[in-house]
Amino acid sequence: MLEIKNLHARIADDENGTEILKGINLIVPTGEIHAIMGPNGSGKSTLAYVLAGRDDYEVTSGDILWNGESILEMSPDERAAKGVFLAFQYPMEIPGVATMTFLRAALNSVRKKRGQKEMTTPEFLKFVRAKAAELGVSDDMLKRPLNVGFSGGEKKRMEILQMAVLEPTLCVLDETDSGLDIDAIRIVSEGATKLRSPDRAMLVITHYQRLLNYIVPDKVHVLAKGVIQKTGGKELAMELEKSGYAEFTGKAA
Amino acid sequence: MAAVKETIEQVKAIDVDKYKYGFETDIESEKAPRGLNEDTVRFISDKKGEPAWMLEWRLDAYRRWRALKEPTWAKLHYPKIDFENLYYYSAPKGTSGPKSLDEVDPEILKTYAKLGIPLKEQEILAGVRKTGEPSPSDDSPLADGYASMAGRVAVDAVFDSVSVVTTFKKELAKAGVIFCSISEALREHPELVKKYLGSVVPQSDNYYAALNSAVFSDGSFVYIPPGVRCPMELSTYFRINEKDTGQFERTLIIADKGSYVSYLEGCTAPMRDENQLHAAVVELVALEDAEIKYSTVQNWYPGDKDGKGGIYNFVTKRGDCRGDNSKISWTQVETGSAITWKYPSCILRGDNSRGEFYSIAISNGYQQVDSGTKMIHLGRNTTSRIISKGIAAGKSQNTYRGLVSAHRKATGARNFTNCDSLLIGDKCGAHTVPYLEARNSSAQFEHEATTSKISDNMLFYCTQRGLSQEEAIALVVNGFVRDVLQHLPMEFMAETQKLIGISLEGSVG
Repeated sequence: MLEIKNLHARIADDENGTEILKGINLIVPTGEIHAIMGPNGSGKSTLAYVLAGRDDYEVTSGDILWNGESILEMSPDERAAKGVFLAFQYPMEIPGVATMTFLRAALNSVRKKRGQKEMTTPEFLKFVRAKAAELGVSDDMLKRPLNVGFSGGEKKRMEILQMAVLEPTLCVLDETDSGLDIDAIRIVSEGATKLRSPDRAMLVITHYQRLLNYIVPDKVHVLAKGVIQKTGGKELAMELEKSGYAEFTGKAA
Repeated sequence: MAAVKETIEQVKAIDVDKYKYGFETDIESEKAPRGLNEDTVRFISDKKGEPAWMLEWRLDAYRRWRALKEPTWAKLHYPKIDFENLYYYSAPKGTSGPKSLDEVDPEILKTYAKLGIPLKEQEILAGVRKTGEPSPSDDSPLADGYASMAGRVAVDAVFDSVSVVTTFKKELAKAGVIFCSISEALREHPELVKKYLGSVVPQSDNYYAALNSAVFSDGSFVYIPPGVRCPMELSTYFRINEKDTGQFERTLIIADKGSYVSYLEGCTAPMRDENQLHAAVVELVALEDAEIKYSTVQNWYPGDKDGKGGIYNFVTKRGDCRGDNSKISWTQVETGSAITWKYPSCILRGDNSRGEFYSIAISNGYQQVDSGTKMIHLGRNTTSRIISKGIAAGKSQNTYRGLVSAHRKATGARNFTNCDSLLIGDKCGAHTVPYLEARNSSAQFEHEATTSKISDNMLFYCTQRGLSQEEAIALVVNGFVRDVLQHLPMEFMAETQKLIGISLEGSVG
């Protein structure tokens, strides 16, 4: 279970100390998918980064518990070993590093930290190829340097592939639908939905209701002005689609 | 990816700022008196039992050196070297030249074993993959083809000023290949040495080359007869051990018509607070249709984390594509030395000859690197290719300096240059100084250059996927240098990937 308790955070080297997250409270039980929706600048991506442990952000108060354990003091790789995965809104390109090489380095690294045995080369190739086929990731893409020259849709599929390979227990999807056409959204969200499991919690961050037609959430939270303004079922997303965020952006000022 | 894993394990196995090759061997040595004058030159020549013409050649070089001035154009800053306070010759006592393995001082054999260079003919170099082992990176297009070739490497071991042993000589002799120390070559094959020594790098070429010509003590000599493809990799392993001693090695490689040779040199030195001088000259001659592939993994002691100590590496390396259709390819991995001043070059004299320069230069701590190449196009339809990858970390300065020139008769000359610099942290510097001179309107030169930084975004992305900071840097840097790594002999790729990780440890605070 993910528990976020009164979380306050700001940009680490911001002299003015302007808070972006102003006391977030949120619980995502294992086995559930929750969506976070909100307007631009509401703190959605900041929340995703803070969960993953990016050091550009400073947590000024509050706590994040994953399965009862605070992860605030952990480095990003330690969190990854604990099962935290962030699908990036803008995945990075890593020139010269073949996708397969990257996947293997990452998988072996987390397996080692999780006390699991490293996979042998044939095991690993079989494992990745099977997952890749499900997501329509070609062998050619696996040979190319990670994300270099990939289209927007390919990059997002690659994020989901990494998620499938690393087998995290807490998945955070940061605007995975941004910049994708309808077909790409379908492929990516089908991939993500396959990972729905009683052992896994997912937090899906998005602007639009559209994505939630494919990844059906158990709960929807509205994040605006750095706090959760409203929580509801999947019908809340439909309401927002009609009424917009105006109600919330005026409110907490 | 096995290589990254190995890199990480290697990094973990040693403390930050610990140079793994920094030990010293306690061995009695015989030295020339401190300082440099004509008597020093005579002493060295006499020690080696050289013919009279060689002594004259050295003395001529010495007199020219006295008339030359130390070059100051490189972007390097260091206190003036006191040439009168150095030893110019130091040999382990009792060695008068290379012997068979069972005669070599066991202390020296132990030293090389410790360095991962077992001087036994039935063994292969440490770190070399045996046939059938998985390749270091599964995606390498070279991996499969090389596995069967990996196996034996002939080694010439140079300890301070002398060559202590050369392996596989008999077997090479069967193919007609001469591989021995240059001292031995002067005794056994004086006509070849006389014909080619100084023919690529003349005595007065530059300050350090003149110094080397006067006092060079040992180095390797290779001759590949016409039409012969050298049956194994040749390599020389240089070790500086003595205190206050300069190492002046001289290497001469001749590939006769239609022959091929691949040669690799490696170097290490003990950790000392004083700076030590290394001024080598390497000359390559490729005759018609011949090809020489020369690779260097330079890992001299780089100094400590405060910039104290380390080797001053002033090296002149030049290849002469003397015959038509000849090819010379330099690949260098420069990770060591406090100061590196080195420009492996190609003179493209023969028509259709080809020169290549692939370089990875890594600087960390207070290291200073000023390195690059010269491609001199003289013949018709000559081509050259330069791929340089500079990586600067810590408080280091890393300069690429290169010259591409086409003589007015060099019609159809072509060059492609790509210089990429990668910065890690914000206290280091990367500089690119390319010179292009085309005296022929048909010459086509292309130059590409990029400078980038390992961004926090990239590191965060990698660490989010479970890689530690060090693993992430090693992975990104190995990706950055990939184009060049592929040109190293397969046997040394995995070793080099490890070395890259080690060189960059502690580069991000």
